[in-house]
Amino acid sequence: MRSGLIAALAIARKDLRTEIRTKESLTASLSFSLVILVLFSFAFDLGREELYAISGGLLWLVYSFAGALIVNRSFARELPNDCLDVLVSSPAPGWSICLGKTVAAFLLLVTVELITLPFFGLFYNIAWWHSAGTLLLVILLATWGIAVIGVSFSAVTVNVRLRELMLPVLLYPILIPLLVGAIGITTALFSEDPQMLSANGISLQLLIVFDIMYTALSLYMIEFILIV
Amino acid sequence: MREKLIYALGILGTLVMIYNLHTIFLDLPDEAMQGAVYRILFIHVPAVLNAFTFLTVALCTSVAFLSTKKFIYDSISVACIEVATAFMLVNLVTGSIWGRNQWGIWWTWDLRLTSMLICFLLYLGYLLMRPAIAEPTQRATMSAFIGIFAFADVPLVIMAIRLPNVRTQHPGPVLETGGMDPSFNAPFGLGMLALFLIGSALVLVRLHQETSRREIDSIRRELHAV
Repeated sequence: MRSGLIAALAIARKDLRTEIRTKESLTASLSFSLVILVLFSFAFDLGREELYAISGGLLWLVYSFAGALIVNRSFARELPNDCLDVLVSSPAPGWSICLGKTVAAFLLLVTVELITLPFFGLFYNIAWWHSAGTLLLVILLATWGIAVIGVSFSAVTVNVRLRELMLPVLLYPILIPLLVGAIGITTALFSEDPQMLSANGISLQLLIVFDIMYTALSLYMIEFILIV
Repeated sequence: MREKLIYALGILGTLVMIYNLHTIFLDLPDEAMQGAVYRILFIHVPAVLNAFTFLTVALCTSVAFLSTKKFIYDSISVACIEVATAFMLVNLVTGSIWGRNQWGIWWTWDLRLTSMLICFLLYLGYLLMRPAIAEPTQRATMSAFIGIFAFADVPLVIMAIRLPNVRTQHPGPVLETGGMDPSFNAPFGLGMLALFLIGSALVLVRLHQETSRREIDSIRRELHAV
């Protein structure tokens, strides 16, 4: 258990270090998020009330697009020089590889999200900082869900033709319950509507339940996927 | 033997279906609230119940594949999921027609309809992914993984109209609450039986194709090795 956690930490640090040095998925994901934000502004011409009503959805669509880009690289990064084979044949158990990669993807995605959030507030004139604490909690919970499911699905699609396409096709339907919860509570936080907030109180519990479920399932199942 | 079984199941299923359609369209009266369109009940519900039956079989065989690595389980999974996906499409299309007639709209994003559509999309993803993986063991393993994950949506679809504080436009459950007229029981049961027989025949056909393809693949590999 302890050695597995140490291995997971080492893998997370390795992934983060590679990413910080090359910045390949970080810059791609960040610029993609900004482009999507700009595109959305052309797609909708909305009044203030309407904008607040869809604000959570806008934000989480951007985040889930960015998330797919980040997790897609998670295992694809290991393909050159057969690094994946080395990783799988290393003494580290499957779950610690998955955990390490999830932690790295989670941190990268949170970074992208926190950089994108002020731009979102700026472009759409949305006051997101009023309940920044709860918003951060929602972002952390939902992002962990995206990262943990995304990493295990990226292990599935890593050897698939059209990998960049297959991952979102498989990933988004699985993520819908999580995204619905996150969108509901984010919209409620932005619009500061007490009635809506109490109606979405259950969403936070939903996020926690999904996180636990997805994490347990992913860490258990990864053993079957990696060793093929 | 296998071919005879497939023919027997298919023909029996078709006969039951024809007899049942005759009863539904010519013997049963129109329903008081909905008029003629309620007859969708005898296709719409059996289609999804049979789909979920096959998906449950696929779930069990996916788990069995991961634990035993025997390819026959992978073949059963893909055969069941393909037929179940077709049945889910039948369910979605018939439901949409009913909705157009009763609600005036083809589609609404309530929990039941949405979860069903997601279920369909998940298994569509499963079927799309299979041909994209070339290596047989890898394909079977990944498919089993997706098959297990995708099944998580099935209980949600079933629960969507039974949860206490979810408002849904979809009609509530009628089977276990006794909300259905007793004269509907026989055509409903026969509808279930007909689709189950036809579905089983289709699963067997697909299973046969899948095993043949695996044999051809292995022969081809051997030839390449020589």
